[in-house]
Amino acid sequence: MEGRLGVRKTYKLFIDGRFPRSESGRTFRYASRDGVVTVQLSEASRKDLRMAVRAARRAYPGWRARSGYNRGQILYRIAEMVEDRAETFIGQLALQATIGSARREVSEAIDLLIWYAGWCDKYQQVIGNMNPVAGPYFNISTPEPMGVVGVVAPGQPALLGLVGALAPVMVSGNAAVLLASSSQAIAAVTFAEAVATADVPPGVVNILTGSSAELAPWMAGHMDINALDLSGVPPESSPTLEEAASHNLKRIGRWDASDRNLNRIAAFTEIKTVWHPKGR
Amino acid sequence: MRSVGPTDEVMVEQRVATLSTRSIKGESKKWALRAAVTMTDLTTLEGMDTVGKVRQLSHKAIRPDPTDPSIPSVAAVCVYPNLVGVVSEVLRGSTVRVAAVSTYFPSGQAPLDMKVSETRRVVADGADEVDMVIDRGAFLSGDYRKVVDEIEAVREAAGDACLKVILETGELGSYDNVRKASMLAMAAGADFIKTSTGKVQPAATLAVTLVMLEAIRDFRAMTGRAVGMKPAGGISTAKQAIKWLVVLNETLGSDWMTPDRFRFGASSLLNDLLMQIKWLNTGRYQSADYFTKA
Amino acid sequence: MSADQPVLADSESPPRWEYQESRENPSLAAVRDRYGLWIDGGEVEPLSQKWFPSIEPATEDHLAMVAEAGSSDVDRAVRSARDAAGDWATRPAGDRAKFLFRIARLIQERSRELAVLDTRDGGKPIREARDIDLPLVAAHFFYHAGWADKLDYAFAGVNPQPLGVVGQVIPWNFPLLMAAWKVAPALATGNTVVLKPAETTPLSALRLAEIAADAGLPPGVLNVIPGAGRTGADLVSHRGVDKVAFTGSTEVGKQIRRRLAGTGKPLTLELGGKGAHVVFEDAPMDQAVEGVVNGIFFNQGQVCCAGSRLLVQESVAADFVQRLRRRLLTLRVGDPLDKNTDVGAINSAAQLEKITGLVEAGRSEGAQIYQPPCQLPDRGYWFPPTLFTEVSQSHRIAQEEIFGPVLSILTFRTPTEAVERANNTPYGLASGVWTAKGSRILWMADQLASGVVWANTYNQFDPASPFGGVKESGFGREGGRHGLAAYLKGMG
Repeated sequence: MEGRLGVRKTYKLFIDGRFPRSESGRTFRYASRDGVVTVQLSEASRKDLRMAVRAARRAYPGWRARSGYNRGQILYRIAEMVEDRAETFIGQLALQATIGSARREVSEAIDLLIWYAGWCDKYQQVIGNMNPVAGPYFNISTPEPMGVVGVVAPGQPALLGLVGALAPVMVSGNAAVLLASSSQAIAAVTFAEAVATADVPPGVVNILTGSSAELAPWMAGHMDINALDLSGVPPESSPTLEEAASHNLKRIGRWDASDRNLNRIAAFTEIKTVWHPKGR
Repeated sequence: MRSVGPTDEVMVEQRVATLSTRSIKGESKKWALRAAVTMTDLTTLEGMDTVGKVRQLSHKAIRPDPTDPSIPSVAAVCVYPNLVGVVSEVLRGSTVRVAAVSTYFPSGQAPLDMKVSETRRVVADGADEVDMVIDRGAFLSGDYRKVVDEIEAVREAAGDACLKVILETGELGSYDNVRKASMLAMAAGADFIKTSTGKVQPAATLAVTLVMLEAIRDFRAMTGRAVGMKPAGGISTAKQAIKWLVVLNETLGSDWMTPDRFRFGASSLLNDLLMQIKWLNTGRYQSADYFTKA
Repeated sequence: MSADQPVLADSESPPRWEYQESRENPSLAAVRDRYGLWIDGGEVEPLSQKWFPSIEPATEDHLAMVAEAGSSDVDRAVRSARDAAGDWATRPAGDRAKFLFRIARLIQERSRELAVLDTRDGGKPIREARDIDLPLVAAHFFYHAGWADKLDYAFAGVNPQPLGVVGQVIPWNFPLLMAAWKVAPALATGNTVVLKPAETTPLSALRLAEIAADAGLPPGVLNVIPGAGRTGADLVSHRGVDKVAFTGSTEVGKQIRRRLAGTGKPLTLELGGKGAHVVFEDAPMDQAVEGVVNGIFFNQGQVCCAGSRLLVQESVAADFVQRLRRRLLTLRVGDPLDKNTDVGAINSAAQLEKITGLVEAGRSEGAQIYQPPCQLPDRGYWFPPTLFTEVSQSHRIAQEEIFGPVLSILTFRTPTEAVERANNTPYGLASGVWTAKGSRILWMADQLASGVVWANTYNQFDPASPFGGVKESGFGREGGRHGLAAYLKGMG
């Protein structure tokens, strides 16, 4: 095989289960630290964002209606697909890091996916309650997904930041639109390919590569997005984004890339309390 | 048959709890106490009832408070078939009606022909009103046809007498059943529907009364026929009676605030009403020694 | 004997039984001429030198002059709360529990007085203040008292810690109850509080501060600073406040959200709603009628979770509306102090104007209005119970929160359509479902986008039961284990 000319991948967006180019035709150039590898990636526009939100909104009821058991299996399936592409991810992450740390990150990302996969049919029991009200009522409080969640993933570590933000959003049945920073874009696209082959219904996960700084304000102002994970947003951008998000009172969460906890799931759920009389 | 729709126990009870907070004072209270007297079916239904006992009761019914001639008579005296003749004799010429329990009260566990002949007999002996029991066994086993057939047969046997149909709600198990039984009884020709024999606990409750009043209202809307209501058993104080009148007033309204359409089946209620009336008239708390025991 | 028969024996023309007025004694709640601010354990004159009148909405009489907290007063209150915060947070949790238990008991002992006070200051029927507000106020303190020393069990393994100084702004519809909803969990979790009651109903919150002092609560742990929107804005944006909790309109909630943008300050918002009752053809009809009536006329409809939309299945719509109309005839509108009043006074002239305006819009958009005949008092702020039929989803009265005794009635054909219509609003606080079919109840409960679903009941509240909205009805929960999270570090 010496001297064979390789076939290169075209890096595109991931919207509604498909891999379109940006409707704008824009791309951006990514170069590895040593400048050896260069890639042209799709640069998403606000119109792409709009399409992604629309797809997420369409996909949300079906994803939410899946059983926790089923969502757990699908998240586990994503982990399988990432594991299967582990060498690809390692290669891509190693463009910016050492091989050793890239290898560690991929392992952690896979394990993190499995950790969250296991939560899908358990977080309700831990977060929910039967409430002992002072009357003849059945009274239960249980977490439900919020709807469409916009995620600005932390750029570093590239894969772990992305998985750590996306998985907890998916656990409860939210649909996600994720903005991948340019530094993590290549891994993000490969991750999208893993998602696309993991039985995730189209539209549940949408991944846009491009400029978070350009798209995040449109995301924050979008009236059909219910919540934001702004973990990847620099602090100085927060006031503007949060102001834009106030128009429909989006819920906002923010974590360190390494945070792995139940709160990240809970933050994108709403507690619903249901009352019913007990009578004969 | 939407008319026999479901009920919700907790919400029914919440509604009557709210209505029970009505604060009835002054003239409103006086009016209600007096109305309650006129709506009372003064009742004795004991194995130890005698001619002497029901005679006394009948006199009490005509003139409840010998010291106050402004107190009206009660609506009726209600006794076992054996004593209908005596009561009828004492009450002759008064406005007080003779009511007899029938159909092998309180259990109703007898063949239909015996229930029919008992009914014919009490009417022949002078009963103006017949208080029959439904066959709860048939009802609970789902034999609604039998329940209706019996009521219709007794209805016919009772002739022109006012027919009150006792559902014995304490044995029906749910408000859904109370509503269903109310509808069956009305459809079969009841002039009144009545909660209880007084021999089973719980007897009349406010909640069960509300469910029955709502059935009466819906039956009226469907058929145009106005059926009366008689809670019986357990209503022994004026304060309770007023709560019942509030529920009546706010469910069926003033058209039903009359002895023609509402009765209390009670024994000790009457004296408490009289004591309360006297207290309102005199401003002095009363002693039972000043009110005749029948 | 017939001469002695009362007139009601004549069934052809029975008199209507009217309930004579049964008025609770207003002097049970003694009201002084002037009230200062409550800061650092005592009443103080406002540095603002400003005072405003609190008006009795049923009579338009001035009840009292109340101090208005200016920005330096807010500052003083926050500093007092800050000074108290350290001791309060580090004190044995069992002590915090005991203070709250004491407060709960004192509220029970003085509940008649407090009910009268809220009725006079706010216009709500004394029956509701007495039977609903006050028992719940005491229950909230009892419930949260018990949590104070059990927070480790509420959130295992995270060592929950208080946030510090909490700024709370509450509305006028349940003056003391909203104060209890805010203050009890905040204190139980070890925070200190600066509470701003609503401009039109400041009196019971001030009395709560007195009660807390009687209970021995250390100075500065609970501060109450009356005022209007300006005071609230000063409080929520004060740098010394570590957490903001607001109950009120969605509009103001959004303003607060904007104001706090980028501060990282925890915020909970309990805002407006446009709750829908969905009544299916197999519902327990009379109880559904009661639920709908209670849902929209409770507290004159001035309830954020009011069931202000009725979605009734077409097959039973005519019958149901008929039942509703008949039921409205027995609603007693008038003097809130009359124990038999069901619908009291509108809280303020401004609120009355808003209701009137939206009802006019309903009329002019072509909806059919029904109001039962009722004699409204000459003075005071009143609005009769109102039903609108032939309402379309696009009418303003089907979309906007009226916050008054006005019900908009729409119809639906299938469960899916009912859900679509119920959810077709930016709000999502509460909804009602009425059907006898169990599986449909659970399906509806899943589908309805609201924080609370009342099935075959409505407007039930309990300190153990989390309450709060989705979408533009706000975020965060009050009550239950979930409500504690709003006042603990890293949990909200």
